[in-house]
Amino acid sequence: MNKTVANAEEATRDIQDGMTIMLGGFGLCGIPENCIAALVKKGVKNLTCISNNAGVDDFGIGLMLKQRLVKKMISSYVGENEEFERQLLSGELEVDLIPQGTLATRCLAAGYGMPAIFTPAGVGTEVANGKELRNFNGKDYLLEYAFDADFAIVKAWKGDMSGNLVFRKTSRNFNPMMAMAGKITIAEVEELVPEGALDPDMIHTPGIYVHRIFQGVNYEKRIEQRTVRKKA
Amino acid sequence: MLDKNGIAKRIARELRDGYYVNLGIGIPTLVANYIPQGMDVVLQSENGLLGIGPFPFEGEEDPDLINAGKQTITTMPGSAFFDSAMSFGMIRAGKVHLTILGAMEVSEEGDIANWKIPGKMVKGMGGAMDLVASAKNIIVAMQHVNKAGESKLLPKCELPLTGVRCVKKIVTELAVLDVVPGKGFVLLERAPGISVEQIKNATRGKLVIEGDIPEMDIQ
Repeated sequence: MNKTVANAEEATRDIQDGMTIMLGGFGLCGIPENCIAALVKKGVKNLTCISNNAGVDDFGIGLMLKQRLVKKMISSYVGENEEFERQLLSGELEVDLIPQGTLATRCLAAGYGMPAIFTPAGVGTEVANGKELRNFNGKDYLLEYAFDADFAIVKAWKGDMSGNLVFRKTSRNFNPMMAMAGKITIAEVEELVPEGALDPDMIHTPGIYVHRIFQGVNYEKRIEQRTVRKKA
Repeated sequence: MLDKNGIAKRIARELRDGYYVNLGIGIPTLVANYIPQGMDVVLQSENGLLGIGPFPFEGEEDPDLINAGKQTITTMPGSAFFDSAMSFGMIRAGKVHLTILGAMEVSEEGDIANWKIPGKMVKGMGGAMDLVASAKNIIVAMQHVNKAGESKLLPKCELPLTGVRCVKKIVTELAVLDVVPGKGFVLLERAPGISVEQIKNATRGKLVIEGDIPEMDIQ
């Protein structure tokens, strides 16, 4: 099955104002750079973005925040972005901060066709406000709903024309479960290969979850915290 | 008084052979430098890696290989990558034996606050709420008092909570303490050169002092 599209512009052509989109990545690792650039260029507004982090001031989702494309962020950690913190504290940006495992599992639930999950994360904290609590075997758990996203945008290392994806090292992070969770899933890959070129045993995300795929260009893959040791 | 490395060194003495351990950002990350020779400890990074290796050599950094603090790292022989859902699956299922993290406040009941100062700082909880809700053993590494000189060991946390009744042990620049719900902060060890009186003055929650308190041995 051929799901290839030409580029990020074509892949994101029908993302419209007010939609909910998921964006893969952890920090700046494994983020869909091409699609973010396309959304910024397109200037689509009032988005609700589900992503673990919000980029940094001048890269990743930070670029979308700067252009005021985002109405609401659903994230677990936003520590490295001053513009984000400013918009949040001033009330310009709506933010739903949720535990990282809850974020991952709410994506997973959507991709597994389950309406909700129970998790102990956040019990006894403000995260639990207004949520249903259930006790299983003497321990309290919160009911958390599966996400409902119009689009999921992920970044993989390799992918084939039918949408099978392989991720590399820790750039896998949220990408596989977000790929499973979108009503329409867009995958941008560093290397697009023909069907049959990937070992079926090595595929992380089966193509059934992916609707559009393209080979990205000019990946910067910026490092957020460059830490090294000296050669002895 | 201990410096940051001293706190990390003392916490490293809580590691046991065969442990899978999650280290938070800051002082906890330094614990990796003091794992005893020959001890088999695997470090988990919640962004999807078991077996965190040392920082890469200059020029060998890989943007696809980072820890939860977004620092470039390497793998170890026997490392494994996985996605974020599985990462928190293994945490939730209690497979990670020990979580070491920082805190802004800890209460004498073992409640912890470390993610938000209303109106001032909102960084988010990251994986901390998942970790403290599920880890069997949680050790907090932190300074005993904050920058304003106020105790961070309190009868009740004043900042928004990260988790309730979960912290088991605290290591600060002044002391090692167990947290026993219903009892309080049980003083176990003093840092070199620190008196029980100094620890008392820096602790606002209930401090339990039973018998002679030994000076810690971090050699």
